[in-house]
Amino acid sequence: MNVGLFIPCYVNQFYPNAARATLELLKKTGVNVGYPTKQICCGQPMANSGFEHLAQDCNNTFIENFASFDYIVGPSASCILHLKDHLHSDTQEDKATEMRGKVYELVEFLTDVLKIESLDATFPHKVGLHHSCHGLRGLHLAQMSELNAPDFSKPQKLLAMVKGLEQVPLDRCDECCGFGGVFSVSEEAVSVKMGKDRVRDHTRNGAEYITSSDLSCLMHMEGILHRNNGNVKVIHISEILNATL
Amino acid sequence: MSQPTTKDHAALAEAFIKDEERVDWHDGALWYIREKRDIASKGIPEWEDLREAASQIKSNVISNLHEYLLQFEANLKKNGITVHWADTPEEHNEIVYAILKAKEIDQMVKSKSMLTEECGLNEYLEERGIGVINSDLGEYIQQLDNEPPSHIVLPCIHKRKEEIGELFHEHLGTEKGLSDPTQLTRVARKHLRNVFMTRRAALTGVNFAVAETGEYVVCTNEGNADMGAHLSEVQIASMGLEKIIPQKKHLGVFLRLLARSATGQPITIYSSHYKKPREGQEMHLILVNAGRTRQLGRKDFQDSLKCIKCGACMNTCPVYRKSGGLSYHNTISGPIGAILAPNLDMKRHADLPFASTLCGSCSNVCPVKINIHDQLYKWRQEIVKEGYATNTKVFGMKAMAWTLSSSDKLATAGRAGRWFMQNVPFVVNNKLNPWYKQRDMPEGPKESFTEWYIKNEQNKPD
Amino acid sequence: MTTREKILGEVLQNQPSSLPLPDISRFRGEKQDVVQKYKTVFESIGGKVFLVENVEAIKVLIKQHYDTGKRIATTLPEMTDVFERIIPNVEPYTYEDVELAIINAHFSVAENGAVWLSDEVMGQRVIPYICQHLGVVVRAESIVPTLHEAYDIIGEGTYGFGGFIAGPSKTADIEQALVLGAHGPLSMAVFILE
Repeated sequence: MNVGLFIPCYVNQFYPNAARATLELLKKTGVNVGYPTKQICCGQPMANSGFEHLAQDCNNTFIENFASFDYIVGPSASCILHLKDHLHSDTQEDKATEMRGKVYELVEFLTDVLKIESLDATFPHKVGLHHSCHGLRGLHLAQMSELNAPDFSKPQKLLAMVKGLEQVPLDRCDECCGFGGVFSVSEEAVSVKMGKDRVRDHTRNGAEYITSSDLSCLMHMEGILHRNNGNVKVIHISEILNATL
Repeated sequence: MSQPTTKDHAALAEAFIKDEERVDWHDGALWYIREKRDIASKGIPEWEDLREAASQIKSNVISNLHEYLLQFEANLKKNGITVHWADTPEEHNEIVYAILKAKEIDQMVKSKSMLTEECGLNEYLEERGIGVINSDLGEYIQQLDNEPPSHIVLPCIHKRKEEIGELFHEHLGTEKGLSDPTQLTRVARKHLRNVFMTRRAALTGVNFAVAETGEYVVCTNEGNADMGAHLSEVQIASMGLEKIIPQKKHLGVFLRLLARSATGQPITIYSSHYKKPREGQEMHLILVNAGRTRQLGRKDFQDSLKCIKCGACMNTCPVYRKSGGLSYHNTISGPIGAILAPNLDMKRHADLPFASTLCGSCSNVCPVKINIHDQLYKWRQEIVKEGYATNTKVFGMKAMAWTLSSSDKLATAGRAGRWFMQNVPFVVNNKLNPWYKQRDMPEGPKESFTEWYIKNEQNKPD
Repeated sequence: MTTREKILGEVLQNQPSSLPLPDISRFRGEKQDVVQKYKTVFESIGGKVFLVENVEAIKVLIKQHYDTGKRIATTLPEMTDVFERIIPNVEPYTYEDVELAIINAHFSVAENGAVWLSDEVMGQRVIPYICQHLGVVVRAESIVPTLHEAYDIIGEGTYGFGGFIAGPSKTADIEQALVLGAHGPLSMAVFILE
């Protein structure tokens, strides 16, 4: 199985450890992993700001870089969701359609495609799980609290395989952290207030680490934690699932 | 009513958030209502199926609206109700005025109607010497304060009881410092009872209008619509075109969903079905367009007309809870307001679809399954296309697109950004950077993943 | 062109292609234990439920629980020996000072505690809203599980006005503090005739 590793632009630049953990984790499961080094942004920041029409170059480059892989996997629910919904091409729409069916976020790739039942990982800490909205309501990585429907959670399933890890319950299990892309800057006051409230939910309930499938959420919460001298740290879920003593 | 503001959502929200204790209280109150809604919805095993049925019924309505309006009008007339049509808010107000003038009435009592709030009815009538009292307690309080309602179901959810006590002291002569909700409600009960007894005209809104039978349903908890209507000589109902439902039995579906979605109650205390005038009474119904036919013609946004005005989207929306309904500068606020308002005035309300993180919670609680968060995304594209994005945003976006669409440019920008952050952090960590106001920037690592990969992994044997 | 023609024309032009109505006959309630279910729900809303064998028993309960020195009015012919009869052909405002009104309902709904009454049984439309306290009599065998069964019974209806009433009037507009007794009655009791 040939897997193309898609690393979002900001993860590449600011959180390379999460990218490395994703690469190592995938290799541990036995798949062949390729990383096209000329890859770029998925186009989401432009599209969410109303400039969908400027994202066409991003789409074409993505198709060029990743067309040859069986699956494309990335450690970012929001970027993967964007690609699943909005990857289109003026010139190769068939290819784009095929690829939209092959892109996966890391957690769902592990549970749905590789169907892993155990992990050789240890992380003896109290961890709060932040469900990013794109992961939750977009990719259905877990059940949404609004719905009258059976409970499930793919990230929780994986975290339960990690030795020593204790998940802390939250007061509001799936409220948005307030990052929202451009929103974090254009509606700064609301964005920060939302982030503060999420962070407080985790700290109030004893979390030592906050984890998520989305580093954008974590970057936002980390910024708030550092500014307010919080002790809680953020960590991408790939780094927990890849952690050894 | 106070002068409408020209500030945008971000500025109004920032002002609201300054008082963090108040925001936490406002946020907590609305979240509590969301929780009550969850308990109610999880008590009905067929809840999701009901939502789907309601959604399909409303889709049938908006796609057959012409026929249903004709059927409804014919049945209203058979029942002895006079039917009026109003294309604009002004026309609506003129019609109400004409009805009252014909009977030489100069005082009216009104129960909750967001439509009449949209039309500015109270101000229009006051300017012409007709007094209007809002009888719903929350709306009455807002009227005393000369402020519009901040929530379509809970008009003064943003006010503390001490502030309400102060208003009652000023306007109704209650004891200074009295803030007990029960005592304040008893004072309002007595005062408004006198209003009901002396008003010859009453106006109500419409929750559901049944095309099949020519009757309409008004839902309240307070009983104020019924007190006004049954004591009046002239009863007026104002409704938006989209309030139609096809058949009587569909009320079973909608009344099971409405109150549970709005407040977590199984049903509002009063669900009153008005069909024929009382003997000696005149009944009027005004069908109002006010931009609805235009929204009907927008393929991406016509489903917003399925809304049954429950307010569930507002209660769940974290942005709404933490910024308050008045930050949306529109009668209907919150997520549903953000997809209705740009149709009414795209320039004024261009900021609203951006006052969201697109988290999607609203779409999940909507009893008629409006894809609110999708419509917010689509409105953004529309607003930029129509030229209502601010100049700085356009320039910034084009620059971003230029940088992000090439791996070399991205790598250069990334390297530069990280270098700045490591060596001269004050360049990015300063007051000009809105991110930095209340958050730290991420630390810039030594090398990007791509740089590490090329050095260490690329030529490794498998 | 009149306003009416303009609006109808725009609707016809703009409405999307027709989508069908769903079949809603699958929505039904469970008939078992409806009396108990009704009682539980109605009491949780702040109402009072009395299970009685006959109308005489209701008279006794009223004497126990209400101030019979104040104005008590009823539509029930069996009660007009002790309480005032509500008549339709006087001005509605003359009932302003009614302390307690006792009227019949057609049936009630277990899932939400509501009774259904039309102007055919109210005496006057304003009665259930203007009284300080409301008493409603309903037969046990008429209780239905959900609103779906309710609308089967109501059908098109021959009333000029009808309403569901699900408890004492209330408001939570002041800081979400629940207050019973807004503009309608301060309390509501349902007498279930078994």
